[in-house]
Amino acid sequence: MAKLNMVQAINLALDQEMARDSRVIMMGEDIGVNGGVFRATDGLFAKYGEERVIDSPLAEAGIVGSALGMAIAGLIPVVEIQFAGFSYIAFGQLESNVSRYRWRTQGLYTAPMVVRMPYGAGVHAIEHHSESREAYFAHTPGLKVVTPSTPRNARALLVSAIRDPDPVIFLEPTKSYRAFKEEVPEEEESYPIGKAEIVQEGSDLTLVSFGAMMRVALKAVEELQKQRKIGIELIDLLTISPLDIDTLCTSVKKTGRLVIVQEAPGSFSVASEIIALINDKALMSLKAPIKRVTGYDMVIPYFFREEMYLPHPEQVVRAIEETLSY
Amino acid sequence: MPLEVIGTFNVSRLQVLDHNGELDQEFDPKLSSDKLLKLYYYMLLNRRTDERMVKLQRQGRLGTFGASTGQEATICAATLAMGERDWFVPSYRESFGAVMRGMQLSKIFLYWSGHEEGNYTPEAPRTLPIQVIVGSQALHAVGIAYAIKYRREKESAVVTFFGDGATSQGDIHEAMNFASVWKVPVVFICQNNQWAISQPRSRQTNAKTIAQRAYAYDMPGIQVDGNDALAVYKVTKEALERAYQGQGPSFIEAENYRLTMHTTADDPTKYRKNEEVDFWWQREPLKRFRAFLESKALWSEAQQVKLEEQLNQEIETAVRDFESQKNFKVDAPFEHIFGTTHSVIESQRAEFLAEQLKRQQQEQEQERR
Repeated sequence: MAKLNMVQAINLALDQEMARDSRVIMMGEDIGVNGGVFRATDGLFAKYGEERVIDSPLAEAGIVGSALGMAIAGLIPVVEIQFAGFSYIAFGQLESNVSRYRWRTQGLYTAPMVVRMPYGAGVHAIEHHSESREAYFAHTPGLKVVTPSTPRNARALLVSAIRDPDPVIFLEPTKSYRAFKEEVPEEEESYPIGKAEIVQEGSDLTLVSFGAMMRVALKAVEELQKQRKIGIELIDLLTISPLDIDTLCTSVKKTGRLVIVQEAPGSFSVASEIIALINDKALMSLKAPIKRVTGYDMVIPYFFREEMYLPHPEQVVRAIEETLSY
Repeated sequence: MPLEVIGTFNVSRLQVLDHNGELDQEFDPKLSSDKLLKLYYYMLLNRRTDERMVKLQRQGRLGTFGASTGQEATICAATLAMGERDWFVPSYRESFGAVMRGMQLSKIFLYWSGHEEGNYTPEAPRTLPIQVIVGSQALHAVGIAYAIKYRREKESAVVTFFGDGATSQGDIHEAMNFASVWKVPVVFICQNNQWAISQPRSRQTNAKTIAQRAYAYDMPGIQVDGNDALAVYKVTKEALERAYQGQGPSFIEAENYRLTMHTTADDPTKYRKNEEVDFWWQREPLKRFRAFLESKALWSEAQQVKLEEQLNQEIETAVRDFESQKNFKVDAPFEHIFGTTHSVIESQRAEFLAEQLKRQQQEQEQERR
């Protein structure tokens, strides 16, 4: 076991998968010689060569569209979109082709590929480097959407994403890239896609989050538990699509209370979907209305006001208090 | 530092058979009689099937359909130049290339009558389905070509097709650029049929030719008379040979003409003159090819009558084949969304089936009343 940050853990997954299977190849902007702008692919160019670690021309649609061709022809491309905010240029290929090639050909041709995207607030760069648009991808039939929150689960989920038969949008929270280290086993480890993790069990309230906001949720739980004895069941979604409905419903049926934390705008979002889901499957077990703590329905502000926009642990604590005292 | 010319380009155009069927011997690809007859067979099958499909659409037996009338030489000759190990990556005008590569004719009818089943074509390996999003397939072709190069596959390349309208799309630029940077085995064939629905080629690009675009990517490019099957065969074969030898991509502008409508949903008399259409009918590909075959004593009126009869029967069989298929699985679209089981999709499938059953029962009840 070594203590790794998330970038190192992702690097470990990529390295081991490339060593295991020669069909796995990587492509992206500045991922080769430079090792990626976040260094997630550091050292892999030297180890596997330019044919397998491709520094592509600067064109996101080209990257995703040609990666689909590689996948159709039997390779397993793992591509990096430098920032999720640059991915919309490639959205046409994702929506019109990548997500539905299996469906279109009834399984004759498939798209086993991973599109890695650093996403979310936290890098203090200019516009287009900080947004969370997981809902776009999750709304698209045929795409799986995975959002790790820690070094260990990032590594284990990326391994699964590479081995998955479907295209996986792998959203890496930039705020968590180097925020902390965690023991990551050297030997192979994979987590199932489509399975949420109960980080902490509790019987009074269910708190759901994912990605970088898991740290905010955890902090809120710590604060609250310092103040009083309270049973919060904290769930890390890990996979946004397909959503782990069973884990969410079982928990809400047990606690009767639900708070959801996400950094994306609230309207038409993952939080909205979870609320609709509970409405369908566990409404009568609710003791209080579901609360969500989310970003605002706007472009995420430049970094001077970024922290003001983001959900804050205190805000989550208040939402929990209000739900408990309803 | 004086002003220097550091690059110039020239654009060549090849025609082997003129519109009267006269052969230019210097550029004759010297196809065997068998291949020449095969080419004619498929071009005529393409023409007659398209005509039949337009009629079926008018009778309400097919949905909106886009014929490739006038483009048979480019489609069939380019496909004839391809080998089994090559990948065929079409737009929506090259279905007959897929037929030449083994796709059942009835799949075309299935597709255009609104059945996803028309895309399931295991009988034609390395042959991708119709692409609707204009130009997006060229990138897939480049990725496949990368895989071929990566695996050191011998005698294998990709041929991708798109129209003059598609050249306005960014995906075409990106595909040509990636292919050139990576030096991968792909042949880009632009079927310049002069019209993108209602807009003439001049509204897509102000450049004198589309072929000259190749210069910008440092790849071989040529314009070819797309109504001339021999010229199309020759340039495609040469481009494939270069690809096999590791010399990278090539670009071909095949200039032909969309003699009929974009699809059965539009009326070309609204946007183009009959004189223009008449001009191109005089240059259409089948007439000159037949004249050429006759000049080589490979064809006669009697053979034509016999072939027309044979094609008529083949098309009828395909139509019957397609119209006799009744037991379509209504919930088939719920399959293959993911490669793993998805509980939401499965429960929605059950709801969908229950809903269809209710609708059926209601209809039956209304009929009884």
